[in-house]
Amino acid sequence: MKALLLRDLRLAVRAGGGFGLALAFFLIVTMLVPFAVGSDSQTLARIAPGTLWLGALLACLLSLERLFALDYEDGSLDILATAPIPLEGAVIAKAAAHWLTTGLPLTLAAPVLGVLLHLPGPGYGVLMLGLALGTPALSMIGAFGAALTVGLKRGGLLLSLIVLPLYVPTLIFGADAASRAAMGQGASTPLLLLGAVTLGCLALLPFAAAAALRVNLR
Amino acid sequence: MLILRGPNGVGKTTLLRTLAGLQPAAGGTLNWPADDMAYASHADGIKATLSARENLAFWAGIYGAGDPENALETFGLTPLAGRAAGTLSAGQRRRLGLARLVLSHRPVWLCDEPTVSLDAEHTEVFANAVRAHCAKGGAAVLATHIDLGLTGETLDLTPFAAAAAQATQTETPGFDEAFL
Repeated sequence: MKALLLRDLRLAVRAGGGFGLALAFFLIVTMLVPFAVGSDSQTLARIAPGTLWLGALLACLLSLERLFALDYEDGSLDILATAPIPLEGAVIAKAAAHWLTTGLPLTLAAPVLGVLLHLPGPGYGVLMLGLALGTPALSMIGAFGAALTVGLKRGGLLLSLIVLPLYVPTLIFGADAASRAAMGQGASTPLLLLGAVTLGCLALLPFAAAAALRVNLR
Repeated sequence: MLILRGPNGVGKTTLLRTLAGLQPAAGGTLNWPADDMAYASHADGIKATLSARENLAFWAGIYGAGDPENALETFGLTPLAGRAAGTLSAGQRRRLGLARLVLSHRPVWLCDEPTVSLDAEHTEVFANAVRAHCAKGGAAVLATHIDLGLTGETLDLTPFAAAAAQATQTETPGFDEAFL
């Protein structure tokens, strides 16, 4: 599993690997918001938590299609399925690599973009904490969607349609936690629920994704 | 050593994938754990942006065994070890894919047309690798169209395919067919 994680990280930073793509997309989407809604700082402050979460979610979606499709095309997935590591382990390793190359950079970049959107001071810590808690669920759900659509040509759009509804709980609790904190209220309840969603995804979805992969490899 | 023969589409790949545990068998049992199989398909499982050595080192890590340098040496890839796999020729990539079998240390090799795009010299190198593997007590199932000069049993799949086709014709349409 470690070998697979390291290989995926190495592939991501090599030419054409797509590292930084999600981050740049997040940056641009968030910078477009003030152009769309105007630069009134009060309006921006009010919508900042939701906008940042939505941007992070869409950025996460960008690189999901490649998660299994590339390995499927070059035959690596067949070999991985017959390799000593269980397919569930391979799914976890690939989802972890996806999180390290998208979710983690997004979490670290979010406060910088928060400044751009006039996010009120108390919101920063909870925003980062929420993203750190929530983005692993985004990667894991995405891995499940990618496993479902792995054999399809141009499965990207279908993948988005499958995955986005499943992102709703994470989005609701994440954005709610950040906006409560920004308004000076306690945010521990949505944060706990956010963590619960993530833990549930991490516990169940590797098995679902591995089962979907086995069906698609037949 | 078992050599599978038969025209295109007769089911050589299907048989190999079933043996590898990638597909469920329609009938019969397989008295061999799937963990003993090393499967080499048409696709070589090579990442273009990694070097030849990195590709093999990754698979060695996955199998938890094997020496990439030794595997590179067996297929004469040592001079190319540092090159990105994407810049290798088709035959060189194939040799890299076959080198993975050597380092997998698994007793049964399942090879799907292993000699495609190999030149005569390296076909011989591969045949020698299979001989060495079998001499060490291993087994190999090869689907191939050319004569590798290997002594082993040959299984022609054509009669089985004909029997299977007949069986399907007499069978009532299954659940799946209703949707197709």
